[in-house]
Parts: sequence; C-alpha cells; structure tokens
Amino acid sequence: MAKELWKGNEAIAEAAIRAGCDCFFGYPITPQSEVPEYMSVHLPEHGGVFVQAESEVAAINMVYGAAGAGMRAMTSSSSPGISLKQEGITYIAGAELPAVIVNCMRGGPGLGTIQPGQGDYFQATRGGGNGDYRTVVLSPSNVQETVDFMQEAFDIADQYRNPVMVVCDGLIGQMMEPIEWREIPKRNLPPKDWAANGRKGRDHHNVINSLYMDPEVCDAHNRHLDEKYAEIAKNEVRWEEVQCEDAEIVITAYGTPARIALTALDALRADGIKAGLFRPITLWPFPEKALHELAAKEHVKAFLDVEMSSSGQMIDDVRLAVEGQKPISYLGHAGGVMPTVEEMIESAKKALKEVQ
Amino acid sequence: MTADFCSHRISIITGHYGTGKTEFSVNLALALAEDGASVMLADLDIVNPYFRSRERRKLLEEAGVRLISSSQACSDADVPALPAELLTILENRDIRGVLDIGGDPVGARVLARFQPKIVQEDYQLIYVLNANRPEVRTVETAIMYLRGIEATTGLTCSGIVNNTHLCGETTVEEIRKGAALAESVSKETGIPVLCHVAEEKFVPALSDLPETVFPITIKMKKPWE
Repeated sequence: MAKELWKGNEAIAEAAIRAGCDCFFGYPITPQSEVPEYMSVHLPEHGGVFVQAESEVAAINMVYGAAGAGMRAMTSSSSPGISLKQEGITYIAGAELPAVIVNCMRGGPGLGTIQPGQGDYFQATRGGGNGDYRTVVLSPSNVQETVDFMQEAFDIADQYRNPVMVVCDGLIGQMMEPIEWREIPKRNLPPKDWAANGRKGRDHHNVINSLYMDPEVCDAHNRHLDEKYAEIAKNEVRWEEVQCEDAEIVITAYGTPARIALTALDALRADGIKAGLFRPITLWPFPEKALHELAAKEHVKAFLDVEMSSSGQMIDDVRLAVEGQKPISYLGHAGGVMPTVEEMIESAKKALKEVQ
Repeated sequence: MTADFCSHRISIITGHYGTGKTEFSVNLALALAEDGASVMLADLDIVNPYFRSRERRKLLEEAGVRLISSSQACSDADVPALPAELLTILENRDIRGVLDIGGDPVGARVLARFQPKIVQEDYQLIYVLNANRPEVRTVETAIMYLRGIEATTGLTCSGIVNNTHLCGETTVEEIRKGAALAESVSKETGIPVLCHVAEEKFVPALSDLPETVFPITIKMKKPWE
C-alpha cells in the first residue's frame, strides 16, 4: 500500500479506530490534543462514541465504566493529565478490565513544559496509582511503530483483562512521518463473558469491582493478579537490539532518544567504534533477561543510558538487569530538551575510554 | 531570481495541517533575502506547539531575515497570542513579508482581525498542498480546505503551491503526483499553480513541469537528521 504522511497523534487515533476502538473519552492537553480532536471527527463516522469529558479524572472513569460493559475503551493524555488518571487506572487494574491509555509525554514535574519528555517512566512502570498492580507499557520509537502497536495494545488488554499504556514522547505525537497501514495479525481473544452488559440469560449478574473487604479474599485476588502479571512478563516482553553482536559500547534508550541513537551509532561505527543499541519496546515487562545476557558478553565493555529525564528513570531497570557486570553511564536532559547526536557520540566515547 | 514566482509584497502561507507550510515559509524567506529584499518572517502558528519557524531564528537572522514570533512564554503556555511587531510587515511597504500560518481554517483564523489591513496591501494568499496528506489528497477535499481558509480569513487565495513530499522517502514520482493534484485543483478553481517545491536533488528531473520548480533545502530537521 502507498505510503501516506501522518502526524503521530492523528495516526494514533486512526489506528485505534481501525483496531475497533468503540469509545474514546478524553480531555485536551498539549502535545496530545490532536488525538481527541481526530477522534471527535472520525470515531462517530465508524459508529463509535467520542466524549470530551469535563476532566481527565472523569475521562478515565468513563473508560472504567465502558470497559466494564465490554467495550473497547480508550483515553489519551499527556503527563500532568496522566497523573490525574492514576486513580482510575488502579481501579481498572484491580477490577481486571481491558483499556488502552496513551501518554504523549511532556516535560515535568508538575505542569513542566509542553515540549517532549520521558519523565513518566516511573509512573508508567511502577504504577502511579495505589496497590500491587502492573500496567503493560508499550514504547514505540516512530510513527509507524506507534500505529502498529495500537491494535496490539487493545488485543493485549483484552487477552489479559489489564490496562495497557502506550507511551510516546511529544515529538512522536507531533511529528509528520510517512507510514503505511499494515494488516497486524489479530489475536485469538477470549469472549468477554465477564462484562456487566445485562444478564443475557445467565444465572448470575456480572459485577465489576475492585473492593475486597475480606483480607483473605483480597490477598487471594492479589495472588491471582500476580500470577497474571508473571504470565504477561513471560509472553509479552519485547525489545530490539541494533548492532549489538560485536558492540563494545551499548546505548540503552527508548522512544525518541533511541531514534537519535541510530544516527549516533552510524557516526560511531564510521569512527571505528563498535557501538550498539539496546531498545526496550515494552517498558513493563522490561527485557531484563535479554539485557542481562547482553551485559555478560565479553565484547560488551560499558553501557550508556540515554533518556529525556534529568538523572534517568529507566536506568534503574538497566542497573537491575546488568547487575553490576559492566559500568553504566548516563546522558540525559529534562524539560523538553532532547539529547543530540553529538552528545551521544561524545558520551559513548567517554564511557568507553573510562573502561580502557 | 529564485523566488520570482512570488511577486507580491506579502506572502501568506496557509494550508492543511502538516502540508509543509513552515518548511516552505522558511525557504521562501531565505530565497527572498538572497534576492536582495528586506525580509521579515512572522511565525503566526497558534496551533502547532512543535516544528515552528521560530526554532530556526539563528539561521534566519544570519541570512538577514528578521523573525517575528510571540514570546516563548506565550506560545509554550498555549496562549494564542500574536506578536505586535506583525504590524511592521503590514505597514512598512519597504518590507517583503512572509506570514507562516497554522494549519486548516482554525489556524488561519489569526488572519481575520488583520483582514481590513491586509486587503489594502499587495498580498498573496498561498495555499500549500501535499497530496500525501490523507485529508487533502482528493480535488474535492483539497478545495474544501482552501475554501474554508478563505471563508475564515475573508481573504482570497491567488496561488497554489505543490509541496508534495514523504519526508526522507520523497521521490520525483511523489512530486509529480502532487503536480497532477495541484493542476486539477487549479483547473477547478481558476487559481494558478505558483510552483512545485522540490529538494535540490530532484530539480533536474522536473524541468518539464510547466510551472517553476522551487529548489529548497530541508531546514526543519528532526533531531536525528
């Protein structure tokens, strides 16, 4: 199919519609406002429902309700708005409902800036809400991958009855890129026989709930969730390795910094430096085993973690995976400033020099 | 003369979102300056938070183009504030002005309040077209956006610019596809095609096109480019 030029946020919305999104509840915030804007025009054309909620809190609770009724429900926002949604996300996780949440990240903390950021890694992977729960976090690094992940996000959510977050930084949401609409294999999904959508001849009412007053019952519920998370961690972990086969210095990065790193790799290689990129695609589950094994390779001398974050957040997961086998240095900016190709080259050279 | 297709004192660059208005505006301002004009470029995009012409302030100023934009504080706070200096372009007839407008009729709304002033001047409302943008790839939808922009601004469009590209994946065929669309829109509306925008490397292969081919170099690069 011929390529078309799409803006990231519009493409996210179109991809969600193509993935069978039934309803979208949102609230405008830069740099993701094109997602609800596009949805408001085009989702009703496909028989779906768009609601501009009165706030982010309302939007995520509408997602909770619609998901409970068995709908493919979605919301999107940017960092401060995602903070507001955390209560709803933990309820959705606790009640075991499928939902898709897109975070088009900007710089923080607080209102921060409308320029791109990656300071929401902890929030996304550690659970910004209360309790023991996990959110599957997909992290695309270009517009095509973002588009390809939207159906996967809905499918993973339905398969495991769990919220799935797609995190992209503001740059991916705002930039124009050529993409093609590809057929993504659909998963064989279980029926939504748990949905609270009417009794429909069953001998019981379906109830959507995250309240378990009896400690023993709540403990058992948590154990059940934990088993589900272990299953997700086993099945859904994704990552990409670029030129890692002989790499001496490995850059770890996700999203836009990973894209910038590809250019840095070419320049480093042209300079005779064996550089590689390890790009986590699922931030949770983190590709811990793959990174641990890479760190064990003799040719790998050092790691350079690069993020749009002041002192790094993913670097904690990198450290846990590398387990002290090799040194890890850091390059990052927050507040909407992006690491440059030149900075990456310089930092990679410095990191390598320190171990020689 | 590299920008002789653009003969009016003020060029107002409009179009659908993401058609490449800013890239064209920056290149046009630089070309006018190179031709010896005293040029001012106004970044009047109140829709897009990123990829704005003001990000190329240094490059423009080094080339002698004066950039007018609202303060960083205003634009990063999503406040649709307009720079007061814009009036310099509208009132000083020694200046060649390029107005870089936000996408769609909604972005073009900023012009409405200046309409009475603009119509007194030698201006040209330019409609930038990119055949790879799904919402303007047919003659009907391309004209729908064009008419929407005219209705919002109270100004009349007098030139179409074919800026069809696919970022780094552009080919001569893509530009020709856009030329065909621009021609059809022109036939339907009576508005002439001013030029076809092409990166310098594509220019020789397009010499048979009846209209000017405007050679550009990409200025609005992404951080990895």
